[in-house]
Amino acid sequence: MDWFVPLFVIVPLGGAFLIAIIGSFARPFGRFFTSLVLASLIGLTLYVIFSVTIPIVYMVGGHGPIEKVPIGITMILDGLSVYLLLIINLIGFFSAFYSISYMKKFTSENYYYTLFCLMVAGMNGVVLSGDVFNLYVFLEMAAISSYALVAFGIEKEELEASFKYQVLGGASSLFILLGIAFLYWNTSTLNIADISRVIGTTANSATANSEFVKFVGVILLAGFGLKAAMIPFHAWLPDAHSSAPSPISSMLSGVLIKAIGVYVIFRLFFNMFTISYDTALVITTIGTLSMVIGVLLAIGQWDIKRLLAYHSISQMGYVVIGVGIGMLVIAHNGPRSVAALSIAGGLYHLFNHAVFKGLLFLNAGAVEYETGIRDMKKLGGLSSLMPVTTSTSLGASMSISGIPPFNGFFSKLIIIIAAIQAGYYVLSILAVFVSIITLASFLKVQRFTFFNKPNEKWNRGDFNVREVPFAMCFSMVFLAVLCLGLSLFIVPAVRDIFITPAVNVLLNSAVYSTGVLGY
Amino acid sequence: MTVYLLCILLFLIGLYGVVAKRNLIKIVIGLAIMEYSVNLFLILVGYVKGGTAPILSRNLANKVFVDPLPQAMVLTAIVIGLATTSLLLAIAIRLYRKYKTFDIREIKNLKG
Amino acid sequence: MTIIVKKVTQIMCGIIFLYGIYIVVHGHLTPGGGFAGGTIIAGAFILLIIAFGSGFLSLKKEETGSSILESSAILVFLLIASAGLLVAGMGIFFVNYLPKGTIGHLISAGFIPLFNIAVGIEVAAALLTIFLALLIYKDEVIK
Repeated sequence: MDWFVPLFVIVPLGGAFLIAIIGSFARPFGRFFTSLVLASLIGLTLYVIFSVTIPIVYMVGGHGPIEKVPIGITMILDGLSVYLLLIINLIGFFSAFYSISYMKKFTSENYYYTLFCLMVAGMNGVVLSGDVFNLYVFLEMAAISSYALVAFGIEKEELEASFKYQVLGGASSLFILLGIAFLYWNTSTLNIADISRVIGTTANSATANSEFVKFVGVILLAGFGLKAAMIPFHAWLPDAHSSAPSPISSMLSGVLIKAIGVYVIFRLFFNMFTISYDTALVITTIGTLSMVIGVLLAIGQWDIKRLLAYHSISQMGYVVIGVGIGMLVIAHNGPRSVAALSIAGGLYHLFNHAVFKGLLFLNAGAVEYETGIRDMKKLGGLSSLMPVTTSTSLGASMSISGIPPFNGFFSKLIIIIAAIQAGYYVLSILAVFVSIITLASFLKVQRFTFFNKPNEKWNRGDFNVREVPFAMCFSMVFLAVLCLGLSLFIVPAVRDIFITPAVNVLLNSAVYSTGVLGY
Repeated sequence: MTVYLLCILLFLIGLYGVVAKRNLIKIVIGLAIMEYSVNLFLILVGYVKGGTAPILSRNLANKVFVDPLPQAMVLTAIVIGLATTSLLLAIAIRLYRKYKTFDIREIKNLKG
Repeated sequence: MTIIVKKVTQIMCGIIFLYGIYIVVHGHLTPGGGFAGGTIIAGAFILLIIAFGSGFLSLKKEETGSSILESSAILVFLLIASAGLLVAGMGIFFVNYLPKGTIGHLISAGFIPLFNIAVGIEVAAALLTIFLALLIYKDEVIK
């Protein structure tokens, strides 16, 4: 009954290499086949959400536990995995559909679609994996595809950005592998549930294992923190996200830093290590620093995509704060309703940020596709020439600044209320302050790009600025409708289908190992 | 215990190469040294005293095997390192053609 | 390259190719397996190109050929692995459904030798594609 679990990895992987073979003979094959693959994955995800009881534990190869020791590779589909799968495949489909028109200018287009499908396969594998080395392999698959995709246009800037991204990303992957090696040395097993059992029993004993576990936790936090673009490790993000082609920017900023960064931090620190007060304090501090410093660095930018990339750092800080406050409350044995509210706010903001940041990057790509300019001082007056882009960009800007009735308002409100209820008043004041500065920053973007007095070059006729082609319009309009539609997650009936299973996985963190191992 | 400390020392030497060198190719070599040191550490974790190669053959006769799981992990990690290094070198070659130098102090188009 | 290098390469590259195939096929009995054997096979081809110079080959055709070979080897791998989903009785991905013989014989251990062969071809084709791509780029730039 659970034969569909490896399909999330097999279908994009097979599709990628099929595009590589057939695309070298027939050029337009890759475009439509990628959208088809991702649409089928969305269908599979919705089928899992609505008709299947989760959690599902799938043993690859049929190797079950031998005398209660899990020796095989397991793939685990629980509430948090399904939530992330929905985000990855949804944003992936819209980016792939957008790139049908956008990538027509590039040569060797079929390699782009091959790498795109490989990246989606890698991210699906990270979200589904149940042991820590399989997670590393899929993480590297997604990361190496993204290194190649950032450098796809082979201009000077893109190559330099990709080299910087690769060196930093490679060093962080080696830190992660070092952490996995230390973990294997200590516990002699690689299964996440089994590691949590071994660490959970020895942390209370009188051996020195708990110091070692804290050391491993710090190394893993450094490695995954760089993938999630948290603040001491953020130096690669502005260059990589602004120099990549626009659908890849929306995939990187909208999905990649969540699936291989923030998701793994939550999975490991809630379900694998026992929740301790010190780790929660470190995670929340990193989240606060990201939130504040990200937005302060973003105001002074004049390049659209660089500004959006810095805002990504700040919004991911919101998500980490939301879940971090939940972790602090659980470590203090505080009221569980406050922890549930906080974690729900953080996860809801994760979905919202994927949608509106993806839409913002697609808009910036549309502007660059028509005019070729990314500097805001040289743009202006595009609202009459590109109506679809202007209206969707207005919707996304209101979303990220937190204006009702768009979805950003509700998720930020939940996080601020949870912070006040938990007693962390400084965090809530900082969250409101950052939201106001975000609003100011996006007012600047809207004014200088779309609503200013028009640059005289548009009327002179040597630019010929029109509305973007249909495929790009379709993706932008649908994501804008989704921006409004995601406000419905506040309604309790809708919330219980999507968000509550994900929150329960993190809240009842000990139930994970019981569900996987069966005892 | 000293063997593990020497592996970590090799890791730090590679990290020094990535951080402090100015030539693109030396940065790539530093990253490769870091990768080799982590692979070595991973194999040494699985050593059992007096053990032999973990291959099942006809004449078993109470042999003690070393741990085969880190060896499978290192095979995969070597392949991943190959992919990373080859992509880095391809980008380094194209950077040289565009900027005519390998010095990272000259390649500074993206600022702020 | 000088005549000594060319003659020795002509003799040795066939032996190296055969040795690589030996390591791939015996992957379930001796150390080695798909990846190590595939690297040795690629080494035989690359040795030929380095010793004789690339003027003899029209490298674009070779590169397309090896790229398609690599992708088809991966598709064959996925096909064999997914065929377990359809075998009656066990609907699990990657399950070993071929008969396992006795330990130590060449034809035993289910489908592991088939996987070794697919991975060996794939790794050899991939390394050859990387080498040829860098070589073609140098030729394009010089023109």
